[in-house]
Amino acid sequence: MRTVLPETPAAPAERAAESPFHRIATDFLSNPVAVVGLGMLMLVVLAAVFAPLISPQNPYDLSQLDVMDGRLPPGSKSPTGGTFWLGTDDQGRDMLSAIFYGLRISLAVGATATVLALIIGLSAGLTAAYFGGKTETVIMRIVDIQLSFPAILIALILIAVLGQGTGKVIAALVTIQWAYYARTVRSAALVEKRKEYMEAARCLALSPVRIVFRHLLPNCLPPMIVVATVQVAAAIALEATLSFLGLGLPITEPSLGLLIANGYQYLLSGKYWISFFPGVALLLTIVSINLVADQLRDVLNPRLQK
Amino acid sequence: MLVFIIRRSMQSVVVLLIMSLLVFVGVFAIGNPIDILINPQADQIDRERAIAALGLDKPLWEQYLVFLKGALTGDLGRSFVHATSALGLILQRMPATMELAIAAMLIAVVLGIPLGLWAGLRPNGIAGRTIMAGSILGFSLPTFWVGLMLIMVFSVMLGWLPSTGRGPTTLLFGLIPVSFLSWEGLRHLIMPATNLALFKLALLIRLTRAGTRESLLQDYVKFARAKGLSNSRVIGVHVLRNILIPIVTVIGLEFGSVIAFAIVTESVFAWPGMGKLLIDSINLLDRPVIVSYLLVIVTLFIFINLIVDVLYSALDPRVRLTDSKG
Repeated sequence: MRTVLPETPAAPAERAAESPFHRIATDFLSNPVAVVGLGMLMLVVLAAVFAPLISPQNPYDLSQLDVMDGRLPPGSKSPTGGTFWLGTDDQGRDMLSAIFYGLRISLAVGATATVLALIIGLSAGLTAAYFGGKTETVIMRIVDIQLSFPAILIALILIAVLGQGTGKVIAALVTIQWAYYARTVRSAALVEKRKEYMEAARCLALSPVRIVFRHLLPNCLPPMIVVATVQVAAAIALEATLSFLGLGLPITEPSLGLLIANGYQYLLSGKYWISFFPGVALLLTIVSINLVADQLRDVLNPRLQK
Repeated sequence: MLVFIIRRSMQSVVVLLIMSLLVFVGVFAIGNPIDILINPQADQIDRERAIAALGLDKPLWEQYLVFLKGALTGDLGRSFVHATSALGLILQRMPATMELAIAAMLIAVVLGIPLGLWAGLRPNGIAGRTIMAGSILGFSLPTFWVGLMLIMVFSVMLGWLPSTGRGPTTLLFGLIPVSFLSWEGLRHLIMPATNLALFKLALLIRLTRAGTRESLLQDYVKFARAKGLSNSRVIGVHVLRNILIPIVTVIGLEFGSVIAFAIVTESVFAWPGMGKLLIDSINLLDRPVIVSYLLVIVTLFIFINLIVDVLYSALDPRVRLTDSKG
């Protein structure tokens, strides 16, 4: 989110009064709930990025683990003097450290899938809108058929077909999500296409590539930013679900979903923390992204601009 | 109307054929079920006999044709693992999934529409804001984790509800095994159904609220009030009837997605439905069952969409089902 906002094109004419970026930032910060969401999201991202620095232990370095510490409740003292604030799992792994590392994997998979899907969806949607005719019919028909099936079903079919693995999970997420971007960017582009600046660009005999990417694309970005934000959250949730079902990431890439699945068997004997805390981390991530997306939707909607 | 239904059915057959081909070829590529199903200690002759028995020695296109021929007679192949008819296996599990999905949808509708209406009538009240905040949470909570937390609270800590399985089933109309007719079965049903309902509940709340707020500004509502109609009549007849049209569409379309998402809930609660069967089959590479499940669910989807279209026209006289729409 923070990296996307500055890319919003600043039209020179408006800059004299107030730059669009400045306006959007001011509008965004006017809602306290959204600010809380943004703050939470920043904390989550920071925790993921700096996981190796802030974690009490490296949860996947076997020399730092001791099976004797296994399944300790939250707040237990470790023999080396530290405290397991969120308890330990069956391997004696500090849950807090495991969550930081898990966040890293979950966010990386979600973000990678979103960026790839965004690129494919943008290209497909813009192509459909710009060329129209048969190209448009074919692309949009594929989008329609795909969107009529629930994401989880498509993901399971793809995993059943492709097999398991990090790359394959990302491929499945991209296959699901590109359709949302294609549909959104096409409807935005169809509106923009009729405007005068597009006509002017065509009269200047600019190349189609230049018209599409320098003129059409920047003006279609605001709705795309909103959809992309929502879809990052959806991608993270879906990856967690697949990993929980044992069809997602391999055990060597323990995302939050895998941590939760790992604690499932201990839940029934009352050792709740192994599943509970990774779930809270997942929930905080998704809620904060959704809060930010909700506010972005209002701020970037031209009909609501003052 | 009849022409519309016939046209749609023909299109559905084409979609089904394409799906069956895609799924069959795709699932064929998963891996080699022979390695899993045949005892590694078996000698070469035993291996070959088993491969021939499963029909895995034939080329892919021939396997597909055999499958297609069988499909026309309702035979979608035999499960590698259970050694019974794959379709039979799925149909046997279907009532459990259907019961769960219908129960979830009922919970979502019975709670979602009144809550959404309330939030829409008083958007700035405390109750309205709480309902909306709750619906954002409902969208954000990962289904499987909520399921785990329900088990933790109601089964492990409080010990009120059973955590897994379906409980005893009773035959409905002497045919369909269902849980909800006995108290013990109902106790098994309530947690999975609530879990599955949460997401749709949030969706229905938001949809009803948005519809209510929009229709309150319409002229016909102002006119109804100006006529001096009672508040309950304005809301119950004039507002509710108009917002019901999009809601019915969404309920219809979402029913398919509830069946799909039941895969997750069934896995958490060990509910013996089609979804759990699918996950088990993917893990065991039981190809005929995976292919049959997908074909059954695609058929269900096509059927549901058709019903929604027909219902839509019945509810909204402005909609005419024409050839161009199909």
